[in-house]
Amino acid sequence: MSDVALDLLLQAIPVGFVMFVVLNFGGLLTWVERKQSAIMQDRIGANRAAISILGFRIRLLGLLHPLADAVKMLTKEDFTPARADVLMFKLAPFVSVFFGLAAFASIPFGDTLRIMGREIQLQAVTLNVGILYVLAMISLGVYGLMMAGWSSANNYALLGGQRAAALMISAEVAIGASIMGVVMVYGSLNMQDIARGQGQPLLPQLFGSWIPAWGIITQPAAFVLFLTAGIASTKRIPFDTPEGESEIIGYFVEYSGMKFGMFAMADFLETVVIAGMTTALFLGGWQVPYLQPSGFVFPWGASVALPHLAVAALQIVSFLTKVVVMIWFLMLIRWTLPRFRYDQAMRLGWLALFPLSVLNILVTALVLLAVGKA
Amino acid sequence: MASYQTENTPADPRHSSRLGLRQRFYVVEVLVGLALTAQHFFANMWRHTLRVVFRSKTARGAVTIQYPDERRPYATRLRSLHRLVRREDGSPRCVACMMCETVCPAHCIYIVATEHPNPEIEKVPERFDIDLGKCVFCGFCVEACPEDAIRMDTGILEFSAYDRASMVYTKDVLLALEPARADGAPASPVPIAPSRRPV
Repeated sequence: MSDVALDLLLQAIPVGFVMFVVLNFGGLLTWVERKQSAIMQDRIGANRAAISILGFRIRLLGLLHPLADAVKMLTKEDFTPARADVLMFKLAPFVSVFFGLAAFASIPFGDTLRIMGREIQLQAVTLNVGILYVLAMISLGVYGLMMAGWSSANNYALLGGQRAAALMISAEVAIGASIMGVVMVYGSLNMQDIARGQGQPLLPQLFGSWIPAWGIITQPAAFVLFLTAGIASTKRIPFDTPEGESEIIGYFVEYSGMKFGMFAMADFLETVVIAGMTTALFLGGWQVPYLQPSGFVFPWGASVALPHLAVAALQIVSFLTKVVVMIWFLMLIRWTLPRFRYDQAMRLGWLALFPLSVLNILVTALVLLAVGKA
Repeated sequence: MASYQTENTPADPRHSSRLGLRQRFYVVEVLVGLALTAQHFFANMWRHTLRVVFRSKTARGAVTIQYPDERRPYATRLRSLHRLVRREDGSPRCVACMMCETVCPAHCIYIVATEHPNPEIEKVPERFDIDLGKCVFCGFCVEACPEDAIRMDTGILEFSAYDRASMVYTKDVLLALEPARADGAPASPVPIAPSRRPV
């Protein structure tokens, strides 16, 4: 095999991994949503979908329901309203899903992997401005909703699309402003650098190497602000004003079948992306506490040497675990809080999240000056 | 800050919609709510795990009753689908006295009487139809019966059909039914109208 082909193959590994993880997480989230909400509410949850093998009905804890959903949606009538803008109408769900999928590309899920004499960055796309890329992809996702709302030739859909745009703008501003604190602390827009920076000890002159400088410790306010704005950008309850199932149904009111399913899928993909972003920026990314590239180095002096591949595997498992925990937490929020009215969501975004994020930047700058990092 | 209180709000502070500082700050109340739901989540997960993995007899993690796989226990006095009580030889104990048909406020019972081969017994129903589409489950027929020939203790509550004719339960169907078990679950299979049987 030529060197170029091998290089390409090795580069395809992280890309394939990201696609595999994000797509599967997105599909499984329909199951997680049903089951977790059921368990939180003392119910059992969807468990009736079954396949019969040799007379045994196999249910797998309801894991077959996503498959049943897919079959149902693919076989339903694919309806296009008579007065719809056909091209835009059919393009919209794909735009929505594409940007949801693409957003995960620059989130690192492991440190540099050295294999067969080569160095592979464990992220699908290595970008110096990875944060801006993710923000751009999340923002572009709203174009799908606006296209859907506008092209449906339905006033409720148009209202939903307009609300989606308004909500996205107010959330995006707060996301960008809250992330700036993290960028200032770790001094980079490259998400891999930020993940590496979170492995450094926090204030070693005070605490030794006991506390890793995870973003949630160095930027707690930004964590809360980013999480709130991030939930808003997934357009799920409590920020489901674009959908507003109890009032306007929203931008996808005219969609049926798999196109409707793709909008639902996009919401789940954005949930995964927000969980990944939170993990990468605030929960140490792929860092395992006290795990150095050579193995565990504990602050009390003990150390355990580990081979390079074991360290890499630990990091990937650590990243996935944190993402799963974050998804659980986002689901918990979704099934606990009541939804905001449209004006309440706007007020929260512009009068609370945004000013607080700016305040956080100021405080961070002052602290950095005082500590002497800047 | 805008007040949420309207003119019609009662003076009682418990009924006031005015939010305190803690409620308006929102974050604390959100955390309280999240703690409550998370507590339910972990408690239920723990119970599910104990019951499924360790086959433990701890409390169930869900209040769901998975009907029709499982039923909630019915009261023993519950009035359910009627049945016709049989004699030793299997013939109906009913003597076609028309008491039930007369007392029925819904006029859902239809009886055609005939001679019983045994001269000791006055009559026997040739037809005994109950239209479940009309029945109001008052139980008057049971109380009116002098022979204790009709009872409503089968525990069967599943009556449905695609047409009115299938709602009529005939003598043979009603004779074949058994009383419910002690927990109220039906002992005999639920009669299914021919039009409702899966193809």
